Amino acid sequence: MTAADEQPVVLRLSGIVKTFPGVRALDGVELEVRAGEVHCLLGQNGAGKSTLIKVLAGVHRPDAGSMLWQGEEVSFASPQAATKAGIATIYQELDLVDDLTVAENVFLGHEQSTGGFVRRTQMRREAQAVLDRLGHGDLRVKRVVGRLPTAAKQVVSMARALSHEARLIIMDEPSAVLAHDEVANLFRVVRELTSRGIAVVYISHRLEEIREIGDRVTVLKDGRTSAVNLPARTTSTKDLVNRMTGRTIEYVFPERTKRVSSDVAPLLEVTGLSLHGEFADVSLTVRPGEIVGIAGLGGSGRSELLETIYGARASDAGQVRLNGSTLPPGRISTAVRSGLGLAPEERKSQALLLDDRIYRNITLATFSRYASGGLTRASDEQAAARRMADALALNPSGVMAPVKTLSGGNQQKVVLGRWLLDPSQPADGVVSRNRRRASSGTRLLLLDEPTRGVDVGARADLYRVIRKLADDGLGVLMVSSEVPEVLGLSDRVLVMREGRLLREAAAQDLDEATVLDLVMAGSLLEGEQL
Amino acid sequence: MTGLTDAALNKQGAAPQDGPGSRLSLRRWFQDDASEPVRRNLGLVAVLLVLYAIGAWSRADIFLHPDRLWTNELTVLTLASSVGVVAIGMTFVIISGGIDLSVGALLALASVWSSTVATQQYGVGVMVFTALLVGALTGLVNGVLIAYGRLAPFIATLAMMVAARGLAQKISGKTTQVVKEEGITNIAQNKLLGIPWLVLIFAAVAGLAWVLLNRTTFGRRTAAIGGNAEAAWLAGINVRRTQVLIYVLSGLCCGIAAVMVTAQANAGSSDHGNLYELQAIAAAIIGGTVLTGGRGTIVGSVLGVLVFTSITNLFIVNNLTIEYQLIAQGVIIVAAVLIQQLRVGTLRRRSSS
Repeated sequence: MTAADEQPVVLRLSGIVKTFPGVRALDGVELEVRAGEVHCLLGQNGAGKSTLIKVLAGVHRPDAGSMLWQGEEVSFASPQAATKAGIATIYQELDLVDDLTVAENVFLGHEQSTGGFVRRTQMRREAQAVLDRLGHGDLRVKRVVGRLPTAAKQVVSMARALSHEARLIIMDEPSAVLAHDEVANLFRVVRELTSRGIAVVYISHRLEEIREIGDRVTVLKDGRTSAVNLPARTTSTKDLVNRMTGRTIEYVFPERTKRVSSDVAPLLEVTGLSLHGEFADVSLTVRPGEIVGIAGLGGSGRSELLETIYGARASDAGQVRLNGSTLPPGRISTAVRSGLGLAPEERKSQALLLDDRIYRNITLATFSRYASGGLTRASDEQAAARRMADALALNPSGVMAPVKTLSGGNQQKVVLGRWLLDPSQPADGVVSRNRRRASSGTRLLLLDEPTRGVDVGARADLYRVIRKLADDGLGVLMVSSEVPEVLGLSDRVLVMREGRLLREAAAQDLDEATVLDLVMAGSLLEGEQL
Repeated sequence: MTGLTDAALNKQGAAPQDGPGSRLSLRRWFQDDASEPVRRNLGLVAVLLVLYAIGAWSRADIFLHPDRLWTNELTVLTLASSVGVVAIGMTFVIISGGIDLSVGALLALASVWSSTVATQQYGVGVMVFTALLVGALTGLVNGVLIAYGRLAPFIATLAMMVAARGLAQKISGKTTQVVKEEGITNIAQNKLLGIPWLVLIFAAVAGLAWVLLNRTTFGRRTAAIGGNAEAAWLAGINVRRTQVLIYVLSGLCCGIAAVMVTAQANAGSSDHGNLYELQAIAAAIIGGTVLTGGRGTIVGSVLGVLVFTSITNLFIVNNLTIEYQLIAQGVIIVAAVLIQQLRVGTLRRRSSS
């Protein structure tokens, strides 16, 4: 790593400009990447990171600026051209074909063949060799990719990049879909790549990762480079965050203003809940005004637990009681009517109608309650959505735009807002004539990874919103793989591992190391089994 | 009262900050994703005008003569009416992310069942009711198979397409069942204020469908399911029940169309509605309904049917044979989609500079 400065520059971008209708996504971006380095790209959502990646990958062509690749001026006409030149991109949504085997995926698009016949054995052998080089020789090349865990899929993507003889690999938030122990593994692979002189452009929202793996950092802000080539290890967090935001933001968690007495009757009571193969015998309670956080790795059964409470999965045993009444297993509509709301893990695929207008996304769960006699009332919905947008400081606050135009943080606010609408409240003084189901409104919110893919500035904002909701009497049950988030935001913390709740304590009585210890012990055990 | 409320809603909906009222937002309207269907429909109107111009050029004696033009256009509309009704049901299905290949066969079955000797003796009312009921029930079978049996819509309706056509042949014994009830034939012959009933039925179905899609909770659910079924489900929408209702609606439209076709032919036949599924799907696609679901408009589908029928009409008045019509229809489907993509593309590119 010390040699990084002496390594030749493989990629140099200067003055890259890319505009879309109404947006100047990139406005003069500089980037310099040396062979064998891990160059981190840092920036808030909307800073232009994704656009920059797509320019590098040949998806977008820049409107202006120059791109020097291994000393030559280039302009990629297509993603294939970029791949051919030696630039491989590993997107968050991995572009693998689930039905094909590992070997077939590695050589997808450049199958080795003689006279039109695919040379399977040779491809398998070479795929195996590439995997060996990545330190994942244990991954069997005949396995179908769809059955592999996400971490293994990522390795397959990287093997594909290697098989293309890539000299530069761009990784878009690779750790976002990984559990804690898997990230360590990812870093091992990244180091393996750089030791061979391959350059890596690494995008992540997690500063601690950048410290661990990165060599240099380029910071993007509003489509411009606000800092280039900062040393990744020695630049202070404050400095980095400052350059990203223009104002100092830390992981500030809102204060716990109220204390929920343990005498208060619980809003949600889960007793002995089990789902075969996912979790067993889970009991927990959430009181009104309380934020309960579940810490656990991916695969610990935490998301499945939330989904089962919500009725998206039918439990095998146990009981869910909300406000004293038992919810039937596997019935979302009943759960929603009784006052449960879910902000799912995969915002885009599980929560939003991306092409549809913002207000229609906000009212997705409640439009029938605004309706009278089956006829929807667009003006009531818009007025309510607009007030909700104001209350949540949704930027930009117009509610008629398609929801896909919003950043991740704002999209999450749309999902939260969906559950906070109260259709029984008159909109703009017009009393809704129809209240055939007396709406109780949402009493308890289930949040699955509420800040995934949300930038630092917007996170603090979301934390404030969630705390405010609890202060207003809502119960919150939250799941997160980021331990500081669970500890910082929750009143009470439950630690989950391998489908069981291990520990329950007030957030103040736990520290990060203790929780990590509990959470990771399980993953170590898992590692031994393999 | 409904109409009044709707008008009021529209006014409020076009709030100053979002509406296309000001000059600035007029430009935005041309780039806004949400207003894209309107732009596309205006494009289809332009296509209809071009077709008219071709008519005026090739058969000036018809197209530049007010009376004959009126008669000819009524012919076009009448021709479009039964496929149009089927296409409207199809639009709901496609917006929800599904497909209904069985519409032509359902139409035939409803037509045959409602015109058997046994049914005919109960009179017009029962015949119409039978057609609608047969359509709705077969649609229900489609819906239940798809929503609860988890069959792919393509498979379920393909099976229904074959089976329903077979049942229609079985019931009719492959013979044409002449309708002796004047009430039925009147539907094809009567006019109101100079406009054939068939055209009025088409207009009424289209109007009701527009309200259903754009102003009711059912329409919202349909679009939500097609836009993102999982998100709709997790938001508490009863996806399966909605799916069943959508296929029932499609079947009901086939029942209505069956009455119209039976009236026009003065007979029920297991050959009715042949290739209607393709025409209805084509009309919806020309009208801008996206096959992957989530987006589509009733106005677009109506215009799509009209474009299709106008072309047929042009060929007929110019004495060209059916082979050319079919070729032209194939070309127009591809052309419509290509032009839409091109147009949207150029707009985007222009606005980016």
